[in-house]
Amino acid sequence: METLVHPADAAINRRLTKEDKVRFLREMFRIRRFEQTSLKYYNLGKMGGFLHLYSGQEAVAVGTMSLLGNNDHVITAYRDHGHALVAGMDMKRCMAELFGRATGCSKGKGGSMPFFAPDKNYWGGHGIVGGQTPLGLGIAFALKYKGLQGCCLCYLGDGAINQGPFHESLNLAALFKLPVVYIIETNGYSMGTSQKRSSSYPESLAKRAEAYNMAWDVFQGEDVYEVRAKTKIAIDRAHEDSEPSLLEIQTYRYYGHSVADANAKKYRSPEEIDNYKMNHDPLRIWSQHILEEGILSESEIEDIDVATKEETNEAVKFAEESPVLTESEILNDVYWEVDNQTDAAKHGRHFFNT
Amino acid sequence: MALITYREALKTALAEEIERDENVLILGEEVAQYNGAYKVTEGLWRKFGDKRVVDTPISEAGFVGMGIGAALLGLRPVIELMFWSFSYVAFDQIINNAGCIRYMSGGLINVPIVIRGPANGGTNVGATHSHTPENLLATMPGLKVVVPATAYDAKGLMKAAIRDNDPVMVMESTVLYGEKWEVPDEEYIVPLGLADVKRTGTDITLIAHGRAVITCLHAAEVLESKHNIHAEVIDLRSIRPLDEETIFESVRKTHRAVVVEENKPFCGIGAQIAATLQESLFDELDAPIGRVSALDAPAIYSPPLEKRQLPDADRVIAKALQSC
Repeated sequence: METLVHPADAAINRRLTKEDKVRFLREMFRIRRFEQTSLKYYNLGKMGGFLHLYSGQEAVAVGTMSLLGNNDHVITAYRDHGHALVAGMDMKRCMAELFGRATGCSKGKGGSMPFFAPDKNYWGGHGIVGGQTPLGLGIAFALKYKGLQGCCLCYLGDGAINQGPFHESLNLAALFKLPVVYIIETNGYSMGTSQKRSSSYPESLAKRAEAYNMAWDVFQGEDVYEVRAKTKIAIDRAHEDSEPSLLEIQTYRYYGHSVADANAKKYRSPEEIDNYKMNHDPLRIWSQHILEEGILSESEIEDIDVATKEETNEAVKFAEESPVLTESEILNDVYWEVDNQTDAAKHGRHFFNT
Repeated sequence: MALITYREALKTALAEEIERDENVLILGEEVAQYNGAYKVTEGLWRKFGDKRVVDTPISEAGFVGMGIGAALLGLRPVIELMFWSFSYVAFDQIINNAGCIRYMSGGLINVPIVIRGPANGGTNVGATHSHTPENLLATMPGLKVVVPATAYDAKGLMKAAIRDNDPVMVMESTVLYGEKWEVPDEEYIVPLGLADVKRTGTDITLIAHGRAVITCLHAAEVLESKHNIHAEVIDLRSIRPLDEETIFESVRKTHRAVVVEENKPFCGIGAQIAATLQESLFDELDAPIGRVSALDAPAIYSPPLEKRQLPDADRVIAKALQSC
């Protein structure tokens, strides 16, 4: 059984090229630096609203999404910058969205939480906890309806597992045999409330899947090798048997629930955060693999980091130099028929300011 | 022309659209093997099979969200709610996901779904099953809302809703399902955003939607026969988009208006229309705009009292007489 093999030796990892492995490192650096840069400019008052940072969880998005093919799709919650970048969204346009600019990926209409790239099979970015879980189900439903061999990876945080629509989705996924892989990114906290104080569960959150007759697994999310080896099993189950899975990937976030989380340093000890950074950091662990496997030297890894920092700085420059939409454009993008001036939009009033 | 029921008209529209477009399917509780709680989908599962007519568990948030997710990939689900009252457990999916995704994506996405089912009082099913949320949902930019009052409109609006590329909420009436109207045999569409003058008149305009249109037509007959008042009855048909021009044209002629709805008065459709009329046609009005709504309490169970809670022809007539 593949699960008994050391993750690095799993078939799916043995076929990785050096270029693949360097790409994973670069993707993780890009997320880390994007988030740090966002935080910096958020604190300078350049952005509004919420900012939910993914730092610490990078190996989950990079590892799981590295397994996807043309008919595979991704949808996630509001901690969505990492998934968006891995999906291939333009960093400049992502940064411009945070700055609320017309060049943003949603023209500044969405903000941090709803990044979308339908052309990259990336369906957001959803702000209401658990609200995306029925949507992921629907994407899988459509794949099956169309007879396509694909799946939908639907991510959620451990705070979402107590929302009703998530449970409804698990039941429907198993009942209809839909190719959806639910991935709980367990960072231990639903906002400021620890898992132990918010959830009644057996030894693993994912074990709740048993109640719905669904396959499940739980594993660590700090090493891309392990994430890929374990997630591959669930994706194969979706592709080959059209069966759903519930995965719990244990990870950690370095910052608060959002940047506006005033208590971020109160409900967790500094030792807890430091321990993760020192011993479980996904960039540190993947860099170690790269060094040990003789793929890159330390200075070459440093070069990647430097290049990534330059890329994020350029993204900020692009954002700051971009205009915002004009006020008249506030009313665009509400109705497809109106935007496209179709016959269906010819009659009646759609907007009601006088 | 054939004389068919409102229910049959809806079913025919669904069947024709399923046959026309391979991406159209029906999702909902009891829609397939049970033939529909109110028999709107009767026979469709037998005709089109499991793929196109899908029974779901009682999980409104789950299956409404599933339909929205499927629409992201190009399917055009028609989602039945056994009652619109049950939409309240799916509000996040309807409002945030169906209604806001297009905007939040800067126009990259559209959600071509229809959510349909009955929204009416008058059947003694009590407060939790008698909600009429057309005002709640029409207040959300991104959503469209239609409320057919006749079999003709039910069929034509349903077809327009299914072909529309935005989310359309179709609110039907269990009281009207068994009523019959003339419906053409050949295909037709009733576009969204077009009101219909159901009766012409010169003295006062009665503006309504859904079953309140039928109430207004009865009231108009009495106003003419007993009071020599010729009322024009306008059926909004579509709440959002809203056909203000047809209303304005009528009120410019009659100079008086009463807005009638089976919903509650606060922030109702009548409030929106009254506000628009006074702002746009202030100089045309010869009397204050009247409003007739349900009595402002949760829907009562008691059968004789529920009849009193909902607007009837007598209340419409009384209000019209105040204006004339």
